Amino acid sequence: MPLFDQLYNFAHWLAQDRTEAEDLVQETYVKALKGFSSFQAGTNFRAWMYRILRNTFLTSRTGLKATATVELDSDDSPELSAGPETPETILIDNSQHQLLQSAIESLPVRFREILLLCEVEEMSYQEIAETLSIPMGTVMSRLSRARKALRESLQQQLVKA
Amino acid sequence: MDHWTAKLETYLDGELSASEMRDLDAHVRSCPSCAADVLSRLQLKRAVHSAGKRYSPSPDFRERIRKSIKAKPERAPMRLWLGASAAVALLLMVTFVAISARQQQLLRQHTLSELADLHVATLASANPVDVISTDRHTVKPWFQGKIPFTFNLPELQNSEFSLIGGRVAYLGQTSGAELIYQIRKHQISVFVFQDRAVGSDLGSTSQPRKELSFNLESWNQDGLRYFVIGDASAEDIRSLAELLKKAP
Repeated sequence: MPLFDQLYNFAHWLAQDRTEAEDLVQETYVKALKGFSSFQAGTNFRAWMYRILRNTFLTSRTGLKATATVELDSDDSPELSAGPETPETILIDNSQHQLLQSAIESLPVRFREILLLCEVEEMSYQEIAETLSIPMGTVMSRLSRARKALRESLQQQLVKA
Repeated sequence: MDHWTAKLETYLDGELSASEMRDLDAHVRSCPSCAADVLSRLQLKRAVHSAGKRYSPSPDFRERIRKSIKAKPERAPMRLWLGASAAVALLLMVTFVAISARQQQLLRQHTLSELADLHVATLASANPVDVISTDRHTVKPWFQGKIPFTFNLPELQNSEFSLIGGRVAYLGQTSGAELIYQIRKHQISVFVFQDRAVGSDLGSTSQPRKELSFNLESWNQDGLRYFVIGDASAEDIRSLAELLKKAP
């Protein structure tokens, strides 16, 4: 089950709970096996599996609750620069992993998921677009916003620490 | 935000076209502000990559899923279903094998890209080395207590290479040594990590290969994994690798 560990990690980040993450992964495999006929050969299998998991999450109670608040920022706004932060203000070493994890945790689901797909799963923009069922342009602008939100959240965590 | 800044994220995500990548590469080398920006973003990118790998499934859960997947064909009520399930299982297996091979390749690619990034970050840094010395008897002992292994450095008296210094490098959260050598105007990084800690089947290259247009040679020796990377010619990379292999 090569995607098992990655799917579990993603599920746990989304649900923020071990039992719920296990349920999500189990349901994903059941749905994938049942619906394998709907998988189109030649398309991306990984994106298909992540899409099932994500859709399962979004329709779960935690998913519905997490996405109930819709951010007012539009995805189609222009991309944002990195801001005034420099390597001197955001220095991340191993000891600050927990701070970074807290910062990721604090992000809204739509920013958290796109960051994880891009940085952790190293999906291409095309794969992310397939997984999240959004256009490529939206992938780029949302990713940019997610990174900005992460930097801001990290700054807050660093100040708190 | 200028024309270049707008493209930095796409550049670091490797999503620009080859010609745009080359243009931005050239720009970053000549623009300190963009170089600092790239470094900052790269650092955050790497940190998120490793911090994001946070959760592992429990062995019990893994076993439960394995069993439930295995049990599916047995529960199928009809012969037709058995055939269909077997076909689905076979297709899944083939897909999994293909994905697994692809992931192995991606992992290898990722390790090499990360090394290229580390090399670039070192060159871009205002303080590229933590121990500055051309004397291997100064550089080698400096690593004592900083990395969990020791290694040998070659005598360079009769070669064109000179040692500039060294620093501690991290790859996949494991510490190792980075040594900077110079030949003519080219700087070359030599990375040494414990082979088992690097974790991917990197093999050995009999010929230097290209990685992000750098020349790179890698091999395993006495449980250590060596990488020699730089923009020097393939012959120079080769010569330095040979010197390191023969180090007393």
